[in-house]
Amino acid sequence: MTKANLAHDPLIRISKREDIPMWKSWLVRIIGLLLALVVSGIVIVCITHINPFMVFAKMASGSFGSWIKNTNAAGETVEVLTISTKRIWVTIRDIMTLLCISVGLAPAFAMKFWNVGAEGQVLVGGIATVACMKYFTGLPTIVLVLVMIVVSMLAGAIWGFFPGFFKAHWNTNETLFTLMMNYIAIQITSFMVAVWENPPGSNSVGVINRNDQYGWLPSLFSDVPNKDFGWNVIIVLIVTVAVFIYLRYSKQGYEISVVGDSVNTARYAGIRVKKVYIRTMAISGAICGLAGFVAVSGASHTISTSTAGGRGFTAIIVAWLAKFNTFTMILISALLVVLDKGASEIASSYGINEYVSQIITGIILFFLLGSEFFINYQLKFRHNKGAEPPAAKPVQAPAANTDNEDKEANE
Amino acid sequence: MKKLIALLLSAVMVLSLAACSSSKPSTTTPDNSQGSSSTSTDNNTAPAADSNFKVGVVLVGDENEGYTYAHIDGIKKAAAANGLKDDQIVWFYSIGEDETCYDKCIDCVEQGCKLVITNSYGHQTYCEQAAKENPNVQFVAMTGDTALKSGLSNFSNAFNQTYQSRYVSGIVAGLKVKELLDNGKLSDKNYDANGNIKIGYVGAYPYAEVVSGYTGFYLGIKSIVPNVAMEVSYTNSWFDITAEQTTAEMLIADGCVIIGQHADSTGAPTACENANKAGTVVYSVGYNVDMLSVAPTAALTSSTNDWSVYYNYAIKTALAGGDIATDWSEGYETGAVGITTLGSSCAAGTKEAVDKAEADIKAGTLHVFDINTFTVGGQKITSTFCFDSDGDFVYDQVEAIKDGYYDESKYISAPSFSLRIDGITEMN
Repeated sequence: MTKANLAHDPLIRISKREDIPMWKSWLVRIIGLLLALVVSGIVIVCITHINPFMVFAKMASGSFGSWIKNTNAAGETVEVLTISTKRIWVTIRDIMTLLCISVGLAPAFAMKFWNVGAEGQVLVGGIATVACMKYFTGLPTIVLVLVMIVVSMLAGAIWGFFPGFFKAHWNTNETLFTLMMNYIAIQITSFMVAVWENPPGSNSVGVINRNDQYGWLPSLFSDVPNKDFGWNVIIVLIVTVAVFIYLRYSKQGYEISVVGDSVNTARYAGIRVKKVYIRTMAISGAICGLAGFVAVSGASHTISTSTAGGRGFTAIIVAWLAKFNTFTMILISALLVVLDKGASEIASSYGINEYVSQIITGIILFFLLGSEFFINYQLKFRHNKGAEPPAAKPVQAPAANTDNEDKEANE
Repeated sequence: MKKLIALLLSAVMVLSLAACSSSKPSTTTPDNSQGSSSTSTDNNTAPAADSNFKVGVVLVGDENEGYTYAHIDGIKKAAAANGLKDDQIVWFYSIGEDETCYDKCIDCVEQGCKLVITNSYGHQTYCEQAAKENPNVQFVAMTGDTALKSGLSNFSNAFNQTYQSRYVSGIVAGLKVKELLDNGKLSDKNYDANGNIKIGYVGAYPYAEVVSGYTGFYLGIKSIVPNVAMEVSYTNSWFDITAEQTTAEMLIADGCVIIGQHADSTGAPTACENANKAGTVVYSVGYNVDMLSVAPTAALTSSTNDWSVYYNYAIKTALAGGDIATDWSEGYETGAVGITTLGSSCAAGTKEAVDKAEADIKAGTLHVFDINTFTVGGQKITSTFCFDSDGDFVYDQVEAIKDGYYDESKYISAPSFSLRIDGITEMN
């Protein structure tokens, strides 16, 4: 190979994969996860000098049990893994809330409408729920729950409507718009916390209706509230299935995917794009609002800016990793919540700063997202035998998605 | 490429294996041996604690934050004194005043804790909820005020009688004011229209805890120099360095010669030190921690808490299977409160005056809120309530004044004194 050739032919070229078999893509993901564990293992050792295998064991168990030290007959201290039903339910509860938000993002994302406003939509849904718990007194539980569901979805829908409306009519940037709406929602939440503060000076709304549990989503398998979170599971799974069917089999779902692929095509086919934008964003917001209801009535029984707690943003990762398939979202949400529980478990059991465990979560997510890159693209080395002809296209980093966005921008 | 990855992987594995083999002994030995040896040597009350007893601790901050640090320190001391090993305490750091607090309390129970402690005021309803659902575990919401009303036998509050140490720190400040006065260091700017010397106070929130503290501080100064007036300015945050510093600067610009504080940061002492260096006559009285490191010249002292007194009581009681008092409050008599090292700027004779005041408070001959030392709207107060029974935040029950003084923290541990006495002006 001549010198001139070398200069023109880079060592590594990145090209988009045409197709990748299922097994291969999962292999890439598993390798990514293993690499993540190795790297975080090194970090753990460097920072904390703790056996990384024990750390991973604790991390894995954080979502369903804890290692309790006991003294055995011989007088030795042994750590025994104790399964805790409560912990399992808390993990399931958190998975459901995250799943609900992710599912809410699915319709908007399928339309290539980058709704990063889930955080705000969850919060307004939560505020609406708390308002019902506080002011609609004297209703039977079932009626109150239905009212709270409707009101929270309405609140979320309104929060989703505005970005959709503005995008449809004035082609505003939806990412910025929804992001800004988050800040408004966060400030409204802080304001309402000050209004509902209990006791004063606590800077917290406290557990609402803790004497009569009014407006709390009841336990499914027990009369005692907070014993299980079965209803959360039922509500969220219904939504998950419904959105799946809606996106895959309904006419509106088809419209969404056409608009997502190409606005011009949609217009040519007679789809009223503006209407689809507004309707889909209202639906997306409504489901996120429902997530706010699930988070407040079904889980926390209070409201604060941490009711959404960044989950509106985490859900974006979930939605992306799941390729907007709501059933895959169950798996991804579970993975992220389990990681999170594991992180706080090792932080508490080793007495290390929680940030260390968040570093680990970050590393794992980085590798998982990174493996998506290797699924969508392949690296080609200069000395690869059977390399493509020299006339092959050079680096084509932007994916198909950006192509669509370009088209939209050209309108 | 594959070879490279394989090489990297194997190198990593070797490294991590090596590291864990070397780390293993270090994780098990030093802490435990230290804990057990110290308990066997310098403690004779509880030599061998029940090894299955566990304490859960849910903290609003971590060791980097002064308020929480004081609690961590107290719990560690108390645990050592009761023979608890490190792994008998479950720690949760940086837990917000929201549902995560409830989740962590429950998690403590799941991990087998028999005593669960939360350390922030805003934690209490979540702690109470967890207590309600777990009657066999004792819960303590530090600095809270709802245990008395909750009707739960396993839920309690505790608060040190900080107003006592605030009074004593007021005496330190008063002696300094007197010295400045005697040496002719005060200018017209330092007096208000009625000829009173101006004192400043950086408060967090206009709540009873703060009011009780600054009133105690003011009365301490007043016991030395009768003609003083205090200006209180709130930052509306327990911890906000910038706000505390600017508030202090404002008070200094207004002519205050002493800046007291009920806020957790070093903002106010820093402002005092800067002004002092620039030639302004102003001194600082801090809170919680010794401020001499940030204000070597301006800092006189800080009123402080020693939480280990309470934690020792709570852990000892829970270990023995007893019930923790619903409302616990102690002060100088058990060493739960105090002031930090006196700064070099303190007036001569301060040490003696402090010792005498502390001894009198301990002996019960000196009462901080003696009704003969203050008035409200020009009137002497002979009767007032200290307990809100119906949740409308207005005291409607329980007489607080007995034997000629307001008996602070007696009926309910959380500070209740919220009378706005003459001589103190709230600026915002």
